[in-house]
Amino acid sequence: MADREERRFAEVSRDSVKLMAESAGLELGDDVAALLAEDVCYRLREAAQSSSQFMRHAKRRKLTVEDFNRALRWSNVEAVCGYGAQDALPFRSVKEGELFFVEDRDINLVELALATNIPKGCAETMVRVNVSYLDGKGNLEPQGTVPSAVQTLSDDLLKYYQQITRAILGDDAHLMKVALLDLQSNSKIAALLPYFVYVISGVKSVSHDLEQLNRLLHMVKSLVQNPYLYLGSYVRSLVSSVMYCILEPLAASINPLNDHWTLRDYAALLLSHIFWTHGDLVSGLYHQILLSLQKVLSDPVRPLCSHYGAVVGLHALGWKAVERVLFPHLPAYWANLQAVLDDYSVSNGQVKADGHKVYGAILVAVERLLKMKALSLSQPAEGGAGGQSGSVVGGLGYRVSSPGLSPPPEPLSEAALGIASHLQAGGAGCPWEEWTPVPLPDMYTELYSFFGDSLAVRFSTGPGFGSYPPFTPAQLGEARKDPPGPASNPETTRKMPQLTANLNISPRQDGSPRTDPPPPSLAATGSGRSLARSSSSSSTSSVQRSKSSSSRSGQRSASLSREVFPKSRFTSPQTGPPAFTFLIGGRQMGRRCQGRRPFQTTFAPTPPLSAVPPRAYAHKLPVIGRVGKPVRRWACSHYSLYLPL
Amino acid sequence: MTLHEYHQSGDRILHGWRFPVLNLAHAHFIFKMAAVQGGLVDAVEEKDIKTEPSNDSGGNNNAGEARLLSPSPGSSASAGSAKSTTGAPEDQSTLLAVLQFLKKNKLTESVDILRREAGLPEDVLDSKGTDSSGAGSGAAADSADAAGGDASSLLSRVTGSSSAPAPAPTKAPGEDQPDVNVVLSAYSQQGDPALYGVYYNGLKRFIESVLDCHRAELSQLFYPLFVHMYLELVYNNHENEAKVFFEKFSGDQECYYADDLRVLSSLTKKEHMRGNETLLDFRTSKFVLRISRDSYQLLKRHLQERQNNQIWNIIQEHLYIDIFDGMPRSKSQIDAMSGSLAGEAKREANKAKVYYGLLKEPEIELPLDDEDEEAENEEGKPKKKKPKKDSMGSKSKKQDPNAPSQTRIPLPELKDSDKLDKIMYMKEATKRIRLAPDNLPSICFYSFLNAYQGLTAVDFTDDSSLIAGGFADSTVRVWSVTPKKLRKVKSAADLNLIDKESDDVLERIMDEKTASESKILYGHSGPVYGISFSPDRNYLLSSSEDGTIRLWSLQTFTCLVGYKGHNYPVWDTQFSPHGYYFISGGHDRVARLWATDHYQPLRMFSGHLADITCTRFHPNSNYVATGSSDRTIRLWDVLSGNCVRIFTGHKGPIHALAFSPNGKYLASGATDGRVLLWDIGHGLMIGELKGHTDTIYSLKFSRDGEILASGSMDYTVRLWNAMKAYDDLETDDFTATTGHVHLQDNSQELLLGTYMTKSTPVIHLHFTRRNLLLAAGAYNP
Repeated sequence: MADREERRFAEVSRDSVKLMAESAGLELGDDVAALLAEDVCYRLREAAQSSSQFMRHAKRRKLTVEDFNRALRWSNVEAVCGYGAQDALPFRSVKEGELFFVEDRDINLVELALATNIPKGCAETMVRVNVSYLDGKGNLEPQGTVPSAVQTLSDDLLKYYQQITRAILGDDAHLMKVALLDLQSNSKIAALLPYFVYVISGVKSVSHDLEQLNRLLHMVKSLVQNPYLYLGSYVRSLVSSVMYCILEPLAASINPLNDHWTLRDYAALLLSHIFWTHGDLVSGLYHQILLSLQKVLSDPVRPLCSHYGAVVGLHALGWKAVERVLFPHLPAYWANLQAVLDDYSVSNGQVKADGHKVYGAILVAVERLLKMKALSLSQPAEGGAGGQSGSVVGGLGYRVSSPGLSPPPEPLSEAALGIASHLQAGGAGCPWEEWTPVPLPDMYTELYSFFGDSLAVRFSTGPGFGSYPPFTPAQLGEARKDPPGPASNPETTRKMPQLTANLNISPRQDGSPRTDPPPPSLAATGSGRSLARSSSSSSTSSVQRSKSSSSRSGQRSASLSREVFPKSRFTSPQTGPPAFTFLIGGRQMGRRCQGRRPFQTTFAPTPPLSAVPPRAYAHKLPVIGRVGKPVRRWACSHYSLYLPL
Repeated sequence: MTLHEYHQSGDRILHGWRFPVLNLAHAHFIFKMAAVQGGLVDAVEEKDIKTEPSNDSGGNNNAGEARLLSPSPGSSASAGSAKSTTGAPEDQSTLLAVLQFLKKNKLTESVDILRREAGLPEDVLDSKGTDSSGAGSGAAADSADAAGGDASSLLSRVTGSSSAPAPAPTKAPGEDQPDVNVVLSAYSQQGDPALYGVYYNGLKRFIESVLDCHRAELSQLFYPLFVHMYLELVYNNHENEAKVFFEKFSGDQECYYADDLRVLSSLTKKEHMRGNETLLDFRTSKFVLRISRDSYQLLKRHLQERQNNQIWNIIQEHLYIDIFDGMPRSKSQIDAMSGSLAGEAKREANKAKVYYGLLKEPEIELPLDDEDEEAENEEGKPKKKKPKKDSMGSKSKKQDPNAPSQTRIPLPELKDSDKLDKIMYMKEATKRIRLAPDNLPSICFYSFLNAYQGLTAVDFTDDSSLIAGGFADSTVRVWSVTPKKLRKVKSAADLNLIDKESDDVLERIMDEKTASESKILYGHSGPVYGISFSPDRNYLLSSSEDGTIRLWSLQTFTCLVGYKGHNYPVWDTQFSPHGYYFISGGHDRVARLWATDHYQPLRMFSGHLADITCTRFHPNSNYVATGSSDRTIRLWDVLSGNCVRIFTGHKGPIHALAFSPNGKYLASGATDGRVLLWDIGHGLMIGELKGHTDTIYSLKFSRDGEILASGSMDYTVRLWNAMKAYDDLETDDFTATTGHVHLQDNSQELLLGTYMTKSTPVIHLHFTRRNLLLAAGAYNP
């Protein structure tokens, strides 16, 4: 009996009771102490019994001090204070006497009260729901690990996946090429698509490594080009990875030696590619992309490389995207860019160089915008023949530029030219109704106010312009091929001279590059490169002019529209544009795509030129600490404006 | 006073109760309006409450005394049903006992009322002597002798009311000391303490030697005899003998009595007996045994032969042997039904008729239902009528023969919003997934994160739009499960500015600034153990350790009423499925029925021998079920206040109850980890579902009643095939007369699935209207 009881209950011994009595200053006889001890035990058990009820109703397994105190309180006994802490109490023994006790350290209340590291309140109580069992069947694998499908992959696929990723991300360039090629053509890797997409989404973690980024982008390209893969909604994920490369201020771009610009260009090209081939898979994606590009562009806090990416991205998405997003934003953005470009301090050198990049990118973008717009306007005006020819050209160009892809349905009215036309067609699927396009002449006037004669320079330079290094044989071939296509068509042959005629006629265009003296600011900085550049540009313009004037005489009578144009150009802009734009488009169509990169490398000196004519927007520039400059520029622009007339 | 007159007076009392309640439905409405307009209670409401007569007498008692005795409802009910047995001397003495008690407690007004209503002369009390406790025990003795149809219902009430004062001393020492002494004095008879062991051993040897078929039945005697003999020894200060006796024979007892034995073993002194609740439970109620006539004869002959008066006396005094004719029961049959603190239920305790059918659904125009139909059907008119009849007409057209009459319990009238909700419910019901063993529900788990303060109770609204949690830190927190945020009503000043004529006035009164995903309700001063949403989602009830039940408005998120009366921790509370009424039960062993607009309970249900741990309303609002720590479940009639069913069989405190949607079955879960299924109409256990390894805290039937879900402390949700459980039983040879059901051990067949949580005890389960199972619990790493 005694044994059993000892097993079941904690006993308070007679000695303990005596000890406690002594500490309270009482002397107890043995029998009294024994009786008391027994009673204490019983009372303790009783309290424990009733405290277990509170535990059960609190739906707990652990009996707490709180439960015990409640039981005491309900039986009219004072509660025990000071043991409410959650952590276990250390139980100590003293070696000398056989004494065991619960350690009870002194707490300095003053210290506690004045403590500054007050613990923050614990997290808010909340309810979260998750579907634990669907139709009575559980999702048994632990969450947060590889999705279940990975287990279902065959060993071969798993091996393939490992090999491919290792090859692509590894050091061996040759192996990488082989892997990419296989990825591009393998018909049995559909099951691995999610994993590749997942790998590609790793761009965010390797933003310091241009090489890896490049490889991942190549992987995207291979996947996109694989005709056996149905990308489905993975397009969205791929696009977001590509967008990351285009837009983010990559860690790699901190070092000016890293050519992240090329990466951005490539990514933009890829973006257009994805859109052209898979744009129909995810509805609304085009608009989302436009919005995010627009957001970046309109965010002045973003670094210039992001802006560059946005411009390039817009450019890659087609001239309509440029017209829609970049053009309206240009006035606002211009002010910022101008400020950067006008800062000639040494510390600003790198930023300024970046600024030039952006400038160049914008220029290329708007240039094509003008051309494509002119073309799109002119073709309906010219009637069926022109439209057909345009589409024929587009088909040709498309096939050349993106081999292995099925030709998408194209609206006839749209000019279909190279990759740009792909984008444009992709863009055409989106609603543009709410947006009213700016008439071409206005657009031109406005753009001219920004870029001045550099715009004209761009127009005049043909695809085969000597200073541009060849991009790729294919692209060049395309560029070369284009003229023959139009050549068979009288319309296109007619366009060439018109461009030059236009150039001659336009007072601003034919005046500024040549007659403008280099702005004082340019001379002051003494940038030899830009000087050389300006001279070269003036030389090209003169060459171009001579070219154009020579061809002009032959072409003038060929087209009626051309006859109308010179007059209407100034009298009624509404009727004029078709003719005007038409000829530009005809001229430029071949080199638009390849042009940007060469252009960038050679473009740096243009800003001074562009700085010349900001007649309409000069007053919008931030005038911080340089009051003199706008005045000077104003004079210049004045000059450039009036001299030709 | 003629018999006829008495009859009438009884009727009047009952009607007198009913009528004001009808009025109060109106008051309820006013009350609600007042609450909406700033939480002030109109004077109108106060007046309406005053019109309630039966409650007044209760109101005159102070709360502490009212608890001890079932006040007005009990007395009016006893007077009411006394009509059938008027003139019987037992009733007279019962009345006298009650009067005596009232007088002793100086409840003179109540005494007058009772005397007037019972038609007793003024001096009857004085002539009867003044020993009230004597009268009380006399009544109890009477009740044991009496048997028979109508009297039994009265008796259960009388025993209930006479046993209620007895447990009280444990909580209010000193107040009722004499009663305890009376109770304990039953042990004072002396025998040779050394012989107790011999007697017990002799009986043991005899029982072991009888035929197998009788042995199981007679073995039931061991436990009560052991307990009472031990207590006698202790009471007579034979401490050592008691210890020896306990040591010798405690090992023979059934394992499910281990908890009680532990309490007993710690009890070794006469002084300790006084305050011990377990002991008092043994003393105040007779331990009920069911034994076949043959076995009983056998026992009786043996005891007479041996002249074993000691044991015979105990059997006579402390045991109630319910003798039945027929086959003796098997061991498994006995084990299934035993385990409760006071033995099995008497057979006649479960004989009363229970109207377990559902109430007729009110006719509601279903204009919204047509939208879907019209697409297919051009001439919408004829089609419109049809779906309405199909969806609800078939059930509601013919009244369920087992259903109570529609007005048996006055129910609040449906408001427009209620009707809208009903329509929503029906629309949802059409989209309900039909569950079956091969089509199990999906389970969503609502985890309470960062609930360091301790989650103690959870409830969902019927439409699953809100979830509320009661916490050990005395707070109640309400979350919106849908994207719709919780908003308070604007302040009174702002409300004045609102255009009250506008159509969207209900939208305009909400203060958009207060919109949030969750709201915290402060007011209790102890852990919140029970929580319940009103069916119309306007109110929330919470019951707490502080002894109060609070009614919260979910419009203003403030406390509207604190219902006081329990005075001890209130373990559970629940709204009636029709709103307005609610039931509560707690440590004081009394379940109370309340109406939201009464600050006093309408009914008090006393009879449990230990804490009431959970309370549930029957779907037709006419009955309530209470589960208790005495390991019994009782079903109470809301109208009469009678206990109409006692279910025994659980081996631990009951912590979960659930009625099946058709009202026919009751499921109960306890700390023993077993779920028991009960047929309410027949008063039988029809299924035992074994599988859980820890306390079951939540039970819920699917909306169609096919699947029973149980959630437990053992971190699992289990689904059971309830349909099969009913069917398996009905194919059995069903002996409703004896009530001795032979249960198959088919738990494994009935178990449809076990679903683990992530170390989260499941403390609430809820089926959405489309039969998606929601579970809730607090994750505490």
